Amino acid sequence: MENVNYSQVTPLELVEVARIASPFRDQRDQLMNVILKVEKAVPAFSPQVTAVIAREMNLSQTEVYSFISFYKMLSTKERGQYVIHMCQSAPCHIRGAKEVLESVEDFLHIKIGETTEDKKFTLEYAPCIGTCDVSPAMLINGKVYGNLTPDSVRDVLKMYIRGEVM
Amino acid sequence: MEQVKRLTRNCGKINPKDAADYVKAGGYEGLKKALKMDGQEIINLMKDSGLRGRGGAGFPTFRKMQFTFDTESDIKYVVCNADEGEPGTNKDRILLSEDPCSILEGMAITGKTVGANYGYIYLRGEYSYIREILEAAIESSTKLGFLGKDIQGSGFDFEIKIASGAGAYVCGEETALFESIEGHRGEPRFRPPFPSIQGLFGKPTVLNNVETLANIGPILANGAEWFKSVGTENSPGTKLFTVIGNVNHRGVYEYPMGINLKELIFDCCGGVEDGRELIAVQAGGASGAYINASQIDMPLDIDHISDSGGRLGCGTIMVIDETNCMVDIVLNNAYFFKEESCGQCTPCREGTTRLYRFIEDISQGRGSLETLEKIDRLIECMENASLCGLGRSATVPVASAIRNFRPIFIKHIDKDPCPICDDVKVANVS
Ligand SMILES: Cc1cc2nc3c(=O)[nH]c(=O)nc-3n(C[C@H](O)[C@H](O)[C@H](O)COP(=O)(O)O)c2cc1C
Ligand code: SF4
Ligand code: FES
Repeated sequence: MENVNYSQVTPLELVEVARIASPFRDQRDQLMNVILKVEKAVPAFSPQVTAVIAREMNLSQTEVYSFISFYKMLSTKERGQYVIHMCQSAPCHIRGAKEVLESVEDFLHIKIGETTEDKKFTLEYAPCIGTCDVSPAMLINGKVYGNLTPDSVRDVLKMYIRGEVM
Repeated sequence: MEQVKRLTRNCGKINPKDAADYVKAGGYEGLKKALKMDGQEIINLMKDSGLRGRGGAGFPTFRKMQFTFDTESDIKYVVCNADEGEPGTNKDRILLSEDPCSILEGMAITGKTVGANYGYIYLRGEYSYIREILEAAIESSTKLGFLGKDIQGSGFDFEIKIASGAGAYVCGEETALFESIEGHRGEPRFRPPFPSIQGLFGKPTVLNNVETLANIGPILANGAEWFKSVGTENSPGTKLFTVIGNVNHRGVYEYPMGINLKELIFDCCGGVEDGRELIAVQAGGASGAYINASQIDMPLDIDHISDSGGRLGCGTIMVIDETNCMVDIVLNNAYFFKEESCGQCTPCREGTTRLYRFIEDISQGRGSLETLEKIDRLIECMENASLCGLGRSATVPVASAIRNFRPIFIKHIDKDPCPICDDVKVANVS
């Protein structure tokens, strides 16, 4: 397992995690729903957080961790406020996704898989996000941006930096 | 050529969240008819229609219904596969976001047919923004009595829940999808048992693709003859094609099955961008075959494409022009499968990684003819020994590319300069 430094989870946040998870004790099919809710309440799925989910749902912590680590859109690492998923599949690739990615990397000074120092942006790879009719495309916190160019992608990011988009 | 808008008839025209709008446009008529029929009658109608699955394999829809219908069980499920993970495919997104009630109707009819009272829609994580549309469509349909308890006073109950994915291509495989709904890692199961007999939560389950389900309501409403009036003998009906890549008009189009591939690209979608030259087409998404420009004069139906070594799959057509290098595109493709292999079985976990490395070797001028031979042997092993369709079909694009574009691979083995791959080489060094 990678060594990850997590920001401190507050006791209040852990109480919130327990509140989200506890109604679903022994309901394993609710694990995804619980995780998607918890994701919004804590900075990361740190060991403390997964331990609380496991305890409340009556699962082992390993099961919770292995679930999270399986799905690409979930992460056990700490992420920034905005998660950018850059599509890298062929339909985007052949329309300049690589140049768009390079532009983002230059602009934010991070590489794929990294988070900016101010914890604002995390840049991640994504397979096709289903909007190839406007490729190259990306998701920022689930919102689609398409027909990107190395310039237009910076304009999108600037909107987030300025706080024009929440 | 004019599109034949059967599945996309309402797209952009109705409020997708409001079932009343769907009803005004003639929706839920199929369900009303189904409620008065018994299961076997509906199955016979589906058999007559000749509808085949639109999710990839083209399996006759009535057969899956029949297996589940014939299996005794207290609980049965209908699952809608809205995972749409196949790179290049946008068609299910259009239906889910613009006419979701047509999918709900298909699910309810399937439930009535096989005796299932519960349905799940498995929505991929990348489409989380569609969830609220689906929720509203389910709620408004329930209010109008087309879902929920005692539908239209028939005594039949059918309830639909939404389950979310979170980024895993393999979860489109039906048994992996069940695992995921059940709260596990999305790792495919061994089969048998088959899902129709032991599927979600171990119960008999009918699982269909979004587009397949959207066909069911209109078939019930208009009859099998109407359905068969377009399309080909073995693949009746219309098909949604996602045409993308270096083509002038990208998007999702609805045409009768059997439309000519060349016509689709050049007449319907405006041909290649900026008048550049077409070098290749990949039909069927990332796991489809690459064919070269001289092979595209062929009808697009399920059997025809299979005969030519490819697959129609989900109906994705990726247009590749002369600004690309086939080796670079295959490398991108191999990377996709390496990343998306669930890692459960060795032939696929190791195989997809080795395949990627081999293509990388060739693209960076470290390959030889021996590399091509090794690829051949590896492909044979993966196709024979992989547990699920991912490992078995990850080989199709590579094998077809080497077969149809061999000179380009040889050029890279000979270390002839390639403007595209050389650029990547430099990037990798830095
Ligand atoms: C790796 C893999 C991924 C798949 N992804 C999808 C998908 O995203 N959507 C889909 O409908 N079918 C997908 N399938 C096919 C499904 O397993 C299944 O055959 C299909 O959903 C059946 O529906 P149909 O009979 O309506 O076509 C995938 C299969 C494999 C092996
Ligand atoms: S073939 Fe690949 S994706 Fe399928 S079970 Fe094996 S490792 Fe997983
Ligand atoms: S390939 Fe990028 S959105 Fe489909």
